[in-house]
Amino acid sequence: MVGIFQSWNIALSIFNLCLISAVMTMGANIQWGYAGLINFGIMGYTALGGLAAVLISVDPVQEAWRAGGFDILMALWLIVVMVLVIRFILKRFEKSKIRTYSIAAIIISGILLIRFSAEPGIEAIEAVDPAKTGFLGGFGLPIVFSWIVGALFAGGLAFIVGKVALGLRADYLAIATLLISEIVIAIIKHEDWLTRGVKNVIGLKRPAPYEVDLQTTDWFINLVEKFNSGKLSVIENLADRQAALNQLVIEGSSVFVKLCYSGLFLVVVIILLILTQKALYSPWGRMMRAIRDNEEAANAMGKNVVKQHLLIFILGSAIVGIAGAMLVTQDGLFTPGSYRPMRYTFLIWVMVIVGGSGNNFGAILGGFVVWFLWIEAAPISLFLINFFTAGIPETNALKAHLIESVPYFRFLLMGLGLLFIMRYRPKGILPEKIEIK
Amino acid sequence: MDFVNAIILLLNYIFIPALTYGSQLALGAIFVTLIYGILRFANFATGDMMSFGTMATILFTWYFQSLGVSLGVLPTALLAIPFGIIFMILYMLLIDKFVFKYYRHQKSPPVQFAMVSIGVMFVTQAVVRIIIGPADRRFFDGEKFIIKAREFKEMTGLNEGLALKSTQVITIFVTIVLVSLLFWFLNRTKTGKSMKAYSDNEDLALLSGIDPKKIVLVTWVIAGILATIGGALYGLDKSFKPFTYFNNMLPIFAAAIVGGIGNPFGAFLGGYVIAFSEILLTYAYKKFFMYVLPASLEPEGLVQLLSTDYKFAVSFSILVIVLLYRPSGIFKGKVL
Repeated sequence: MVGIFQSWNIALSIFNLCLISAVMTMGANIQWGYAGLINFGIMGYTALGGLAAVLISVDPVQEAWRAGGFDILMALWLIVVMVLVIRFILKRFEKSKIRTYSIAAIIISGILLIRFSAEPGIEAIEAVDPAKTGFLGGFGLPIVFSWIVGALFAGGLAFIVGKVALGLRADYLAIATLLISEIVIAIIKHEDWLTRGVKNVIGLKRPAPYEVDLQTTDWFINLVEKFNSGKLSVIENLADRQAALNQLVIEGSSVFVKLCYSGLFLVVVIILLILTQKALYSPWGRMMRAIRDNEEAANAMGKNVVKQHLLIFILGSAIVGIAGAMLVTQDGLFTPGSYRPMRYTFLIWVMVIVGGSGNNFGAILGGFVVWFLWIEAAPISLFLINFFTAGIPETNALKAHLIESVPYFRFLLMGLGLLFIMRYRPKGILPEKIEIK
Repeated sequence: MDFVNAIILLLNYIFIPALTYGSQLALGAIFVTLIYGILRFANFATGDMMSFGTMATILFTWYFQSLGVSLGVLPTALLAIPFGIIFMILYMLLIDKFVFKYYRHQKSPPVQFAMVSIGVMFVTQAVVRIIIGPADRRFFDGEKFIIKAREFKEMTGLNEGLALKSTQVITIFVTIVLVSLLFWFLNRTKTGKSMKAYSDNEDLALLSGIDPKKIVLVTWVIAGILATIGGALYGLDKSFKPFTYFNNMLPIFAAAIVGGIGNPFGAFLGGYVIAFSEILLTYAYKKFFMYVLPASLEPEGLVQLLSTDYKFAVSFSILVIVLLYRPSGIFKGKVL
C-alpha cells in the first residue's frame, strides 16, 4: 500500500524494519508469553547485538592494537582472575559477613587496579587517528557472522542478569532489567576504545551488493530493462530512452539491495518461527507453560524452575541480540546514542502485547502492525488534521501548532492502542492457542 | 585556611548540588512509593506525569508573565505551581477513572497494572509534546543568585567561592516544608492513618469501614501535589525538557526501591542516597587534595573514581546491589 502511495523504496525499508521488529518481538514473546518473565532490558541486548556487528565486521586497527592492545588484554586477564577468585571464595567458604565483605573488597580493589593499569592503553588507543578510528576495530569477518555472535553476546549478558535478578518479583524484575540495560548503554556509549562511543561507527560491510556497483553491472541493467520494457518502448527518442533507463536503474538498484536484505531477514524470521513453534508444542514448551501458570505445582512435580527460567531468559535475549545485529547490518552504522528505552524497549513491549503474548504468529503480526503504525502515524495524523481543520485558514495558530507537532501523534497512537488492547482484548489480536490432544 | 578552602570547595560542588538534586528525586520517589503502597503498582508513567505537571506550571507562568504579575525576586513559577497542581490532579483523576479503575475492580495482577501504566506513559508523553513541544525550556525569572561566588570570595577572603542559587534554596526549603506536612498528614490525621491501614491490609481496612474510593482519591491528590512540585522545582533549577523528565524516572525508581518501596520515609532518604552517591563517586577530587595534602603529596590525575559519563550507571548499580542483598530496601519492615 505504501509502495503505491509513497514509493517502493520506503515500503521495503519499512518492511525490513518490520521483519527486525518481528524478531525482537519473538524474543520478548518467548520470555513473557512462554514463561511469564518480564524483560524491560531489550534495549541493552539490541545494543549488544549491534556491538557484535561492529566487532565482527570492522577491520582490525593494527596501530591501535600496537598502541594499547597489551594493556587491554592485561585488563581482561585481571577480570578473568578476579571472577575466578570470587568463584573460588564462594565455593570454599561458608556464607558469612566476612565472606561478603572480602568479596566486596576484591571487586573494588580489582576495579581500581584495572582502571589504573588500563588507563594508559585506553588513552593510547583513543589517540590513534581519533577522527577515523580511535578504537580497536574488529575481526574483519563477514557481517552475517555477527548475527550469531550477537546472539552469544546477548545470551552471555542475559546469563549474568538472570543469575542476579531472576529471583525478584515481577515488577522489581522489570525495573531491574530496565536499569541494567541503561548501564549497558552507558558503557557502550563511553568506552570509546571498544565502540568509538558517541562518535559512531559508520560504513560497515554489507552482505548485499552496493548500489553504485549494481548501477554499472550489465546483468542488472538488462534485468531492469526487461522489467520496464513496456514503459521504455513508449519513448521513441533513443537518448530519452537511455536517460529514462538510467533513472530506473538508479531506483531499481536501491530497491534491489533492500530486497536482498529482506530475503536474508525473511530467512532468519522463518527459521526462528519454525524453531519457536516446535519448542512451543514440545514437552519443553508444555513444561514452560506449566511453570508460568503455577510455579509451585511445577516445582512440586520436580521441574527445576530456577534453571528453566534462566534458560528461557537467555534464549529470548539471544534472539533479541540477533535482531540487534540485523538492525546494524541493515543500517550499515552503529550509533550508540540512538538506543533509547522508548524505541527499543517499550515499543517492543507494545508489539508483544498487541500481537498476542504466547503466540509466535501474534508476535510477528504485532511487530508488523505496530512498526507500520509507528512509521505511518505521522502521515496519517497529518492527513486527519488537514481533513478536520479544512475549514480553518492556514494561518490559524492552533492548526499550525498541530501540524508542527505531527511527529508526536505516534506516541498518542501507540499509547491509546496499548490501552484499548489491554482493556478489550487483553490477550492480544492473536491470542495464545493451546491444542489439547 | 587551606582546610576551610577545602570544605567550601566540597560544599560548593558536592554538598549543595547533591542536596538539591536529592530533594527533587525524593519528591518523585515519595510519589512512586505512595502509588506503589496504596494502588499497588509500579507506575512507569512517573516521569511523564511529572513533566505534565511542570508543563501546566510553565503555561501558567507564561500567562502570569504576560499579565505582568511577578513575585519580585522570587520566580513567578511559584505563583503558578498551585494552578499547575490543580491541572495535574484533574489529569490524574481522569486517567484513573478511564484507565486504572477498571483494573482495580478486576483485581488485576501488578504486572498488568505496570503494562497499563506504560500505555499511560505513551499517551502522557504525546500530550506533553503536542502541547508544549519537545524543546528545552527555561521558565526561571527573578533573582538568580543569593550569594555569588565572587562576592563570597571578597567577603571572606578565601580562595574558593561559594555560590548559592536561589533555586537551590527554594528547592530545599519547599521540600522540607512539603515532606513534613506529608508526614504529619500520614501519621497524625484520620485520613492519613486510614491510608496506612489500607496499604497494610486492604481487606481488614475495608472491613473496618474505610472508604476505598476516598483513599484512592486522596492518594492521587497527594501524588499530583508531589509530582507537580517535584517536576517544577527540577525545571526551575535546571530546565524543562520532556525527554529529561522521562529519563529522570530511572533514578527516581532507584531512590524509591533503595529506600524500601512502599515506605515514604525510606523514599525520602533514598533520594538523597542516590543523589549523593552519584555526585560523590563522579567528582574529581584533585583540587580538594591539593588543599588538604602537603605539596609533596599532590595527586597527579584528577582523582576521579568514575567519569561523569557514568552518573546514571552509579545509581543503577547501587540499586542492583540493594536488590541483591536487601530486596526490601534499606528501611524495611514497615509498609507505608
